[in-house]
Amino acid sequence: MIVAGCDIGSLTAKAVIMENDKILSHAVMRAKTRPAESANEIMQTALDQAGLTMKDIACVVGTGYGREQIPFVDHVESEISCHAKAARRIMPSVRMVIDIGGQDAKATRMDDSGNVARYIYNDKCASGTGRFLEVMAEALEVPLEEMGAMGDKSTEKLQISNQCVIFAETEVVSLVNEGKETADIINALHKAMAKRVASLAKSIDVEEDVVMTGGVAKNSGVFKALSEALNVDMKSINGIDPQIMGAMGASLYALEKAGEKVSGLKKAG
Amino acid sequence: MSFVAGCDVGSLTSKAVIMKNKKIIGSIIIKSKPRPKDSADAVMEAALAEAGISGGDIAYCIGTGYGRDRIDFVDEVVSEISCHGKGARWLLPTAQTVIDIGGQDCKTMKIDTDGNVSRFMTNDKCASGTGRFLEVMANVLGVSMEELGKLSKQSRSPVTLASTCTVWAQADVIKFINSGVPIEDIGAGINTAMAARVAILVNAVKPEGDIFMTGGVAKNVGVVATLEKLIGKRIKKARKADPQIAGAIGAALLSMERINGHGLRN
Repeated sequence: MIVAGCDIGSLTAKAVIMENDKILSHAVMRAKTRPAESANEIMQTALDQAGLTMKDIACVVGTGYGREQIPFVDHVESEISCHAKAARRIMPSVRMVIDIGGQDAKATRMDDSGNVARYIYNDKCASGTGRFLEVMAEALEVPLEEMGAMGDKSTEKLQISNQCVIFAETEVVSLVNEGKETADIINALHKAMAKRVASLAKSIDVEEDVVMTGGVAKNSGVFKALSEALNVDMKSINGIDPQIMGAMGASLYALEKAGEKVSGLKKAG
Repeated sequence: MSFVAGCDVGSLTSKAVIMKNKKIIGSIIIKSKPRPKDSADAVMEAALAEAGISGGDIAYCIGTGYGRDRIDFVDEVVSEISCHGKGARWLLPTAQTVIDIGGQDCKTMKIDTDGNVSRFMTNDKCASGTGRFLEVMANVLGVSMEELGKLSKQSRSPVTLASTCTVWAQADVIKFINSGVPIEDIGAGINTAMAARVAILVNAVKPEGDIFMTGGVAKNVGVVATLEKLIGKRIKKARKADPQIAGAIGAALLSMERINGHGLRN
């Protein structure tokens, strides 16, 4: 059975096509102004990659902040559920998922059966979200994707004391003016970001294993700093892009829904 | 009669005031330098020059502001809140509630007849509700801070900003501009959002008596008018001196109290 998951986030759109438990194709793109437009485009990309058409898809589940505007979905699920679902499938020992997206940061705790027990998120303020890093990458004139590796080269410990993006940016500008090394500033930024996300996660009690999902999980500096701030050995998801976890969770839901439909038809038949 | 001084080293500007007999004989505002010590030295030197005296003539000097612990020449340091209370009372002798919006913070306080602070609230953690919020927005709209203030009066249907976060609100404003919303409606929405955030801090100190606003944002008529509506009270302005130097005035007044050895009555 072939199903799909479509995750329309604020900054990026993601689609995953699965055949049973296997990922056939996945795609990530920068979100367009209209969620429907992003959804159509990203779905088409994933279909093309898999050599399929929409007719081949038994069920599509949508998620992400734009999920209500996706024209072609059969069901919608919250991002919280989708990230938990995918993390659990990849790593059954997972009890906490920390998902940092472009405009929000979420921590979700699951029980032993993988059900969501508690969650907390920040979408009120850009602090601790992907936007924080984006703004800083712009201020430092470095590519966002390279920040993780650049921060690793840090030799001097610097302090960014503000959590607010606007104030932290001012701190960055003064550190640059003081002649501080970019690598050291980036390292301090990763720590500041991790501190904010860790306080969010701690408020619902951290339980291992902890995995990190979402685009920011690709930044090794934030990953390491967050492990330290939480004082846990955070697990990385090997082999699967952490950014597509929401879409993957959605397609796992699609698999269940399609299964229900099939067994329902069989019963009815 | 001896000379006294107050030196307020803030994050964006540094201020020095020299007083004699409760009168200002020298006052200077400069843009802060990277090192607070350098800001303090420069601003005090300029204030002394204006007053036509030398550092040796100063009987007592109090330092305040975020850089106060790094000023070399002060006899004592005092918190900004205490200095602002004193300074506000000198600027407007009937003031009982003070709203001070700086470049990177917002403070509200209630003061007694001596300018002693009885209650206060402060936000310096988040840019929302501070001068920075308006600065960022004015920049996006391509208007000056004063022009931004005047947009409120011209607007017929102000927009609503969904988020208080400066970063998200900025994204909202860009969307409004791109979808052709008139600039006055966007500006009015910005001023309202700012006022709403400040009103929370004002109401938290349970405002009484004359309300006095210091700091550069007092020059934004849109924010002031909306804030008056939200708190249901008039806001007064001082004409005696630039309200931006309230902290330094307070520091100088406290210096005078120290050498006189008693409290000061206005």
